[in-house]
Amino acid sequence: MKLYGKFFSIHLRCQMQYKASFFMTSLGQFLVSFSLLLGIFFMFLRFNTVEGFTFEQVLLCSAVILFTYSIAECFGRGFDAFPMMIGNGEFDRALVRPRSEVFLVLASKMEFSRIGRLLQAIALFCYAIPTSGIDWSADKVLTLFLMISCGVVIFFGLFVIYAAISFFTIEGIEVMNIVTDGGREFGAYPFSIYGNEVLKILTYVIPLALFQYYPLLYLIGVRDNPLYIFTPLIGLLFLIPCYGLWRFGLRKYKSTGS
Amino acid sequence: MITLQNISKSFRVAKRQTGLGNAARALFSREYKKVQALDNVSFTINEGEMVGYIGPNGAGKSTTIKVMCGILTPDSGECKINGRTPWKERKSHVRDIGVVFGQRSQLWWDVPVIDSFELIRDIYKVNSNEYQKTLDTLTELLDLGEIIKTPTRSLSLGQRMRCEIVASLLHNPKILFLDEPTIGLDAVSKIAVRQFIKNLNAEMKTTVILTTHDMQDIEALTERILLIGKGRILLDGSLTELQKRFSCEKTLIVDYNGQMPKLSDNMTPVELKEGRLTVTFDPTKLSVSDAIAYISNQVEVADISVVSISAEQMVAALYEEHKI
Repeated sequence: MKLYGKFFSIHLRCQMQYKASFFMTSLGQFLVSFSLLLGIFFMFLRFNTVEGFTFEQVLLCSAVILFTYSIAECFGRGFDAFPMMIGNGEFDRALVRPRSEVFLVLASKMEFSRIGRLLQAIALFCYAIPTSGIDWSADKVLTLFLMISCGVVIFFGLFVIYAAISFFTIEGIEVMNIVTDGGREFGAYPFSIYGNEVLKILTYVIPLALFQYYPLLYLIGVRDNPLYIFTPLIGLLFLIPCYGLWRFGLRKYKSTGS
Repeated sequence: MITLQNISKSFRVAKRQTGLGNAARALFSREYKKVQALDNVSFTINEGEMVGYIGPNGAGKSTTIKVMCGILTPDSGECKINGRTPWKERKSHVRDIGVVFGQRSQLWWDVPVIDSFELIRDIYKVNSNEYQKTLDTLTELLDLGEIIKTPTRSLSLGQRMRCEIVASLLHNPKILFLDEPTIGLDAVSKIAVRQFIKNLNAEMKTTVILTTHDMQDIEALTERILLIGKGRILLDGSLTELQKRFSCEKTLIVDYNGQMPKLSDNMTPVELKEGRLTVTFDPTKLSVSDAIAYISNQVEVADISVVSISAEQMVAALYEEHKI
């Protein structure tokens, strides 16, 4: 952990060498996600509620997704950019270091310009938390906390899968972006609005709904079964197949070298 | 101590064919071709040895290095390095080795070199006193001084390569793998790097395995060479031995004043010009001193030199001999 801090510091110093680029990218990140919010805003100019959710509740949902995705992307960048790392031989370099492979990939890259999105997510929280009409008792605070912390981990797991697939093929790997970037875009709304089938997939296959939709129902008081508080924790089980696939890919890499 | 026994490794490579039609077909079914990258490779390298590992591109050099670094698992065969199998105990194994990839940097581009060094120190958990001691010795040996306070991106290639080598040695490895360490360097830097590797081997008893295409590296550094071609070890011997084998012929170059001298029967002319003559001869039939005497008796010699076959020519001859 201390070593991760050292890596953090050296990445920060490197990226601060190019301040203008850093601020432009951050601004770009901000604008991209801002357009999404405008979409939500205009939608609610015409309809008062979407599938029973109010404007503020949807914003809260967007904030959770935006926040978790930004954090996961900032620190999981090594996995997100893993195909490149294999391509240019940087991964071979990492393998001659006496640390675990996951750590080495994790520490190899950090992307601080995601702060553009992060700030936006924080601003959304600042607006949505007081106006969403939720009575913030201890259990609701805990729910929100679990949504965010487990959300980061689940998005992170998706990046690990993305990286693991690139052990096998680098062609056509963009398909994975449907679940990562797509998860972020569509996750701005509660997943139930896309219909039952999609919701099922996002519950049982790629468990994004476990930290977004179900706990949100508890937050806004649609459900009061306390089980809904802990659905994000169930989503953490997703990490097991992610790690399994990673190990499998790594074994294959070591036996083929490509 | 490094031992490789019957290491074999083959890759499946997708056959690529030209043309749009074939490319479209390749989307659905691909033909694979088996490439034998390593074929029963065996050798032993003792502690403190310095070995030149040579062979043309694609001969299997880097595959062997990857196997020895624990990056790649071979199909069959055994490899023990300091008692460990590299790919089975990667983490403890890599603590004992240092690797320099000539074309791939391990230094962070935008921060002073010393920052990279400190991070590497922490990755290897080297304690501060030991680190400081090693760093001081190495910076002095390589004459780095102020250079390590400069960001990597503003270093010259030669300075950077010296820093790369230091970075690979901070944890005091017993074995150092150098993959083309002098590639792209100017003459002065090349000599500095070679001298350093030599000192390192002499003083620290570090085992050095060097792959290179620069035969001067080999000539300056290694006693022993391993030649690999098409995945097989073709030759394992000392440079002098090889030289003997090929140097049944010597070249005599004489700059002279006056008339062109007559040649002895045992001399084969290569180039005869006014004022300079180049001949080859077999030293078993005509000794070097006799050859020189034969010429200098006839003309006034301004300059004379006797050359054995260069390592470069030798390797070219070897490649030819083995058809690789």
